[in-house]
Formats: sequence, C-alpha cells, structure tokens
Amino acid sequence: MKRVYAKEEVCIGCRLCEVWCRTEHSRSKNIIKAHKSEFPPPVSRVLVEELMPVSFALQCRHCDEPECVESCITGALTKDESGRVVYNEEKCVGCWTCVLVCPYGAPQRDLERKKIAKCDLCPDRDTPACVEMCPNQALVYEER
Amino acid sequence: MKTYQLPEVRIERDKDRCINCGVCVRQCAFNAHKFDEDGEVYSEDEKCVACQRCVSLCPTNALYIKDNAPFVKDNANWTAETQKYIWKQAETGGVLLTGMGNPKPYPIYWDHLVLNASQVTNPSIDPLREPMELRTYLGSKPDHIEIEMVNGEPVLRTKIAPQIMLKTPILFSAMSYGAISYNACEALGRAATELGTFWNTGEGGLHRNLYKYAPNTIVQVASGRFGVHSEYLDAAAAIEIKIGQGAKPGIGGHLPGEKVGPAVSETRMIPVGSDALSPAPHHDIYSIEDLSQLIFSLKEATEYTKPISVKISAVHNVAAIASGIARAGADIIAIDGFRGGTGAAPTMIRDNVGIPIELAIAAVDARLREEGIRNRASIIAAGGFRNSGDVIKAIALGADAVYLGTAALVAMGCHVCQKCYTGKCNWGIATQNPYLEKRLNPDIAAERLYNLVRGWSHEISEMLGGMGINAIESLRGNRLHLRAVGLSREEMDVLGVQVAGSPMA
Repeated sequence: MKRVYAKEEVCIGCRLCEVWCRTEHSRSKNIIKAHKSEFPPPVSRVLVEELMPVSFALQCRHCDEPECVESCITGALTKDESGRVVYNEEKCVGCWTCVLVCPYGAPQRDLERKKIAKCDLCPDRDTPACVEMCPNQALVYEER
Repeated sequence: MKTYQLPEVRIERDKDRCINCGVCVRQCAFNAHKFDEDGEVYSEDEKCVACQRCVSLCPTNALYIKDNAPFVKDNANWTAETQKYIWKQAETGGVLLTGMGNPKPYPIYWDHLVLNASQVTNPSIDPLREPMELRTYLGSKPDHIEIEMVNGEPVLRTKIAPQIMLKTPILFSAMSYGAISYNACEALGRAATELGTFWNTGEGGLHRNLYKYAPNTIVQVASGRFGVHSEYLDAAAAIEIKIGQGAKPGIGGHLPGEKVGPAVSETRMIPVGSDALSPAPHHDIYSIEDLSQLIFSLKEATEYTKPISVKISAVHNVAAIASGIARAGADIIAIDGFRGGTGAAPTMIRDNVGIPIELAIAAVDARLREEGIRNRASIIAAGGFRNSGDVIKAIALGADAVYLGTAALVAMGCHVCQKCYTGKCNWGIATQNPYLEKRLNPDIAAERLYNLVRGWSHEISEMLGGMGINAIESLRGNRLHLRAVGLSREEMDVLGVQVAGSPMA
C-alpha cells in the first residue's frame, strides 16, 4: 500500500504539514477559520519531530502488525483490507492505550474531544494534504 | 548606546489572516519574527532583510514586506541611501559590505538594442518543424584547416585544439562551494549534466561527491588556489584561471572562517574555521607572459586535453587585455561585466568599478577581429543576463556563449536580498548552516534550473528562426541583426551597431 514517507534531509521544519493537516481535518476546511474560530480546534495528525538541524514529519505508519489495533480496548482501531489502520472516532473512549503502545508516538491526544486523532491518509484527496502542501518535497506518498 | 534609525523595511502582518502558526518564526534566520510569552507572533522590522522567505511560505498570505524609505527633504544628491551609508560608517568606521550584482540605475544597453526578423524578402524558419542548431563549441579554432582527399573522402589533416561542446550557448557561472551551499552546487552540477552544458566550481574546489558531474564541470584555479590538485584538474572538462570578477574588479575574495566547516575545509584544503583569503592578484602573475606560464602549466598538467579559460572582469582596457590573453594561449576568454554577482564585495567597488558587459563584448570581439585572432579564443560573456533576449543579443555582439549566475540563483529561489555575505541565506543557497542548507532541495532546484535554460533555449531558437537563421553560429558577431534605440553616436560606435531604421546593407 501507499504510505507517507519523510525525507529528513530536506525537511525544513516549517511545520506547514501540521497547518494543512489541521485544515484538512477541520469542519470548515478553511485555514483561517480552522485555526482561529473553530471549537473544538482541529488537531494535527502529523507531528514534526525536531532536534535541529534534523527534523522530519511523522504520522501513523499504518503498520503491518499494528500494536494500537492489538491493544485498543473498544475496537476503535482496525486494520482494513487495503492495509490502512482505520480509526472509528465514535468508538474511541480516550483511554490513551494506543498512545502508550505506539512505537512511533503517532496517535495524538485530542484533549477537547477526549479522543485520539490519527492520520487517515486524507480519504477525500488523492494525495494526503501534508504531502501535497510540503514546500520542499520532504514528504512523499508512495508504495515501497 | 543605541543608534536610532528608521528600519529599511516594514513588516506588515494582517492580524485577521495570521493564524499564529509560526512558520515565519521558524523560517527567519535573522530572527525578525518571534513568539512572545503568550505564544503570539510578532515582528521586528529592523532585523528584516526583505528576502521574502516568510512572505512566500506564509500559508494565509498574512505577511507583506514594505519599503520603509524615510522621507528625505527633496534632494537628488543626499538621497536616503547616501545618508544611510554615512550613518552606518559613522557608527562603525568599516567598509560597507554587500552581496549580488551592481543594482545602480546605469543604462542597460540590452534594453537599447533590438533584434531583426524576416519579412517577405527572406523566409523565417519555424524551429518546431525544421532543425535549429544551438550547439556551441568552446575552444581555440585553427587559423585554417587542411583537408586531404583519401579515396574520394575528405579527411581533416589539421589538429584541432580541445573543445567543449554545449547543447545550448548558456553555462552556469563560477560560484564556489563555501559561498553557496552543497545542495546548490549539486543542483547546478545535475542541471548542467542534464542540459548538456557546464557549471563552474568557482574557486572553492570540487566536493568529493560531485566528481560524478565532472564531465560537465569547469574547474577554477584562482589566486587562492583553493582545492586545486591533479585529480581536480584531470576530472574537469575545462579549467578556468580566475583573474577577476565583475562585481569586484581588482580585489580578492574573503570567505569568513565561520563558513569553513569540515566539508568546505576538506574541499578547499584549508583548516576548519580558517578564513579563506584570495589575494587580489595571482602572486605569480604580473604580466601576460606570467599568465602564459600558468596557462601552459595547466595545459602540461592535463596533457593538452582540455581548453583553458581565463576569466577577467570588464574594465576600461578590456579589449587590449583580452588580446593579450588570447596571445598568451588561452582557449576561452570569460568576461564578467559590472553587473555580475558576488557573495560578498565592498559596496563602493561593486557599484562603481568596471564597465557594462555589452560594451565589453563588442570592444573585445572587434579588437580580436581587427587583429585577426578572434578564432584563437572563444568568448564567454557574464554579468547580469536576465533573459534569453539578453543572451541572443550578446551572441549577436560577438560572444560565443553566456554565463548565468544570478539568474540561476533566482531560479533556485534567491530573492536578491543582497545578504549573501551574512551566511544566513533563508533560501538555503548562500549558507553553510546545516539547518538552512536543507531548504534547498537539490531535486527541485536542479529541475528549476533545467526548466529555465530549456525555456530560454526555446526562445533563442524562435528568435533565430524569426531572423531566418538556422544555427546560432550564423548569428555570432552578426551585428547587422542588431539596431540601437536611444543611444549616442559614440555608444553605437563601440557597440558596432547602427541606429534602428538604417538599412541592412
């Protein structure tokens, strides 16, 4: 399956991926509204990890054997036939077990909604927002 | 004590649009944008260099950089700029430093020259349907050729001096590793290779990893001799002796020690952290005869397999100097006009020394023709070429090919803020800071360089076709295809062109 991969050598740590991820996962999909007036505010599913000069954007790896799916107590996280780790927000109770077990630190805590937020590979787009909007081609969406 | 001065620019932030994402904060190496204790973004105008990095990356277009020139009481002599320079020097006692090429409003002769086109009496050529030759050979051409017929086939008996072949008459100028980043060098090397043309190492040596681009690399031997060793000379397609640079004729160079990290140190063969000082003259060249010795030393070292270029800045006596260089044995003469760029130069020298490249090309070409030695050396013109129109006019004036420096940098992202000498280039070009360097993705930059030269080459083909010419060779030095608009008699005499409206004959 296609996954998002980071090219650390050209990641500039601007965090525009986070901005556009929040926008894509907002109600209005309007960048200004999403950041200034929406409540609860959208949470970015991608996080730029940095220890300068090294930085890279990290989101759910959609693992082949996902620890989060194994450990989710309500069945909110499942692995679908395409290989994606799918998240059903309705079922999430905010126990943070996935947050604890994920070796990448990918699931983000949405403290307002008391649920997690996690990369869904932007189902409404051909290419995830973070990849398309990166100004330096530091994220690629491809089969490996 | 603080000197109170009006900042050069004003950063306007539209608070209705700003989403406080902090992209501007993270992208500004000059710290013009900051977060306050409450996590709100604010800006400090006096730190801004107007490089437009934040403006370009702001996802909501909330930022705008405005000129903030102070009101100066009506005075053409004591302008805001002249006063600013005086204030700066009164404060520091230092030499004013700057980057990039001469920005002063000297006449741009390209904009006073117009090209010809075919109408009725001679047919124009459609380059999309018919072959159009932009291929250019640089190197010394023989005075005459001898051909012998063997079994009815002509065989060339004359030994031809080494040449380099360009698919288009455009090369990338000398910009050294140290002045520009590794990624910028990589992009230039890759683009030159894909385009079938050449890039130039400048005086910074050739990084170990870039030897793969060596067949499309011109290596420089400059007064500091940085990074010069036998492998470097052997690998290159051609060797260039750098005597002068258009932005700073008559003076040397200085790469500050902060820019000399382990990789630059290894490539330049100097200790980490040491200033790389290029003397103003080569201390072994004080005459044409001395230059000839270096040319032939390099030819001997490379067994006469590659052309040797000599790069000079365009100065008053450029024609006579070029004649001397051709006679000294150079295969290529590169001439850099006063609008040529630099990573660092004293402002007064950049803005006041040297002559326009247009006049220099015409003067050199005419002189070499008069002396009957034009064939001995190819001419590469450099210094502020902005578009394909400038390039084709340079060729009509007598250049064989053109070097692009600033235009290449702009294609890669440069916004000509003239702060190259600070090492804080926010676009990742003129910096050695590993955090900033990453901003120039060589994949993107190489593609943009390729696109630029491809576009210009297409335009050159179209213009040639319009003139009814099917090879760039046929336009070289063909000044009848140029006409002058709004120039004095003396300027037209030097350029060797007639006023627009005068007939072809």
